[in-house]
Amino acid sequence: MTISGQPDDQIINRILKGEQSEFALLVEKYQNYVFTLVLRFTESREDAEEIAQDVFVKAYRSLADFRGDSKFSTWLFTITRTTCLSFLRKKKLDTISLDNERTGLRVENRESGFSANGIEQKSRHAMLNQAIAMLSPDDTQVLNLFYKGDQTLEEIGKIMRLDPNTVKVKLHRARQRLKDKMEKHFSNEVREILAD
Amino acid sequence: MRIKGEQNHSFGHSIIKRNFMDQEMEKLIWEYIDGLSNESDKTIITKHLAEDSVWRSKYNELMSIHEILQKEELEMPSLRFTKNVMEEIAQFHVAPATKNYINKNVIRGFMAFFLVMISGLFIYFVGQIHWSSNSTGKLLPAYSLNANKVNWSLLLNNTYVNIFIGINVILGLILIDKYMQGKKNAGHNGHWTKGDSA
Repeated sequence: MTISGQPDDQIINRILKGEQSEFALLVEKYQNYVFTLVLRFTESREDAEEIAQDVFVKAYRSLADFRGDSKFSTWLFTITRTTCLSFLRKKKLDTISLDNERTGLRVENRESGFSANGIEQKSRHAMLNQAIAMLSPDDTQVLNLFYKGDQTLEEIGKIMRLDPNTVKVKLHRARQRLKDKMEKHFSNEVREILAD
Repeated sequence: MRIKGEQNHSFGHSIIKRNFMDQEMEKLIWEYIDGLSNESDKTIITKHLAEDSVWRSKYNELMSIHEILQKEELEMPSLRFTKNVMEEIAQFHVAPATKNYINKNVIRGFMAFFLVMISGLFIYFVGQIHWSSNSTGKLLPAYSLNANKVNWSLLLNNTYVNIFIGINVILGLILIDKYMQGKKNAGHNGHWTKGDSA
């Protein structure tokens, strides 16, 4: 369902019949989701906005290819991922790495940033984002899809080309690693949360 | 010494066992939180949570992480974002579905072409193997191909290669025929083609 209360497939049918303005409803609904996913690939909000815009343009142009056998958000996620990867390849941006080695470097940088900030109080939101940024791209992807994309294990399995049981294990491990990162780097905040 | 060694071994074993138990407990609790447990697991976990403080504290810990992840707000782009996207797409139209303009026969044609090519090469190279018997009396393939010493005139006169080229020519003609036929039909039916104005 959309903000306007109409199911996605009805809106898509109207767009395919030529009502271009209806696409604004889909943009309104999914812009935060896409923008958040893109921010996992690049730290610059300007770049993220440009990429997110590109995602929606691509989605619009290839809307006739959306067969409706998966959620619109699942389809949108695959466009987002490929757009991010090609954008980063083209622009050679300093990105959240696609391999663990580079993720490690980033974690080091972040860690030095934390110590420089000293005992500055961080909001839960920022803390969580920072902890997620320390995870591998695979872990981040599965958490994003499950929590931000509201995707089921089967849907995540389709995107990642994995068996739903494997996705379940991956999700479990990703949360475990997130918990470890939070305990290691934000032990005070975690204690406060647990005390709440 | 031996007793001490055995004690260390048993201590290490108990740590591994405890870690394994912890992991299993976490796995079960995560499934319970996600609503993925089966009925029997659900009953067991509920009982543990009611009676066992270790399970309860682990549940609270995992639940708090789950809630943070669930409550996490999504990032928002600028207020002009939707307007920007709509301005951008105003210059485009929805492209026709890929399945409508990709001719499966063309793909099949390409597949057949490559299959014939690979089969032809395979037959040719198998034809180059000279079977020779070694001292044990077994037949072993002796094969050597020096690119400089390849007799290309022999290669082109080879029956297999002629057959291979013949098949490819036929496939090529079929493809051209299909293409021309498609164009002709599109013209008769008044369908939109790439060259037409919008």
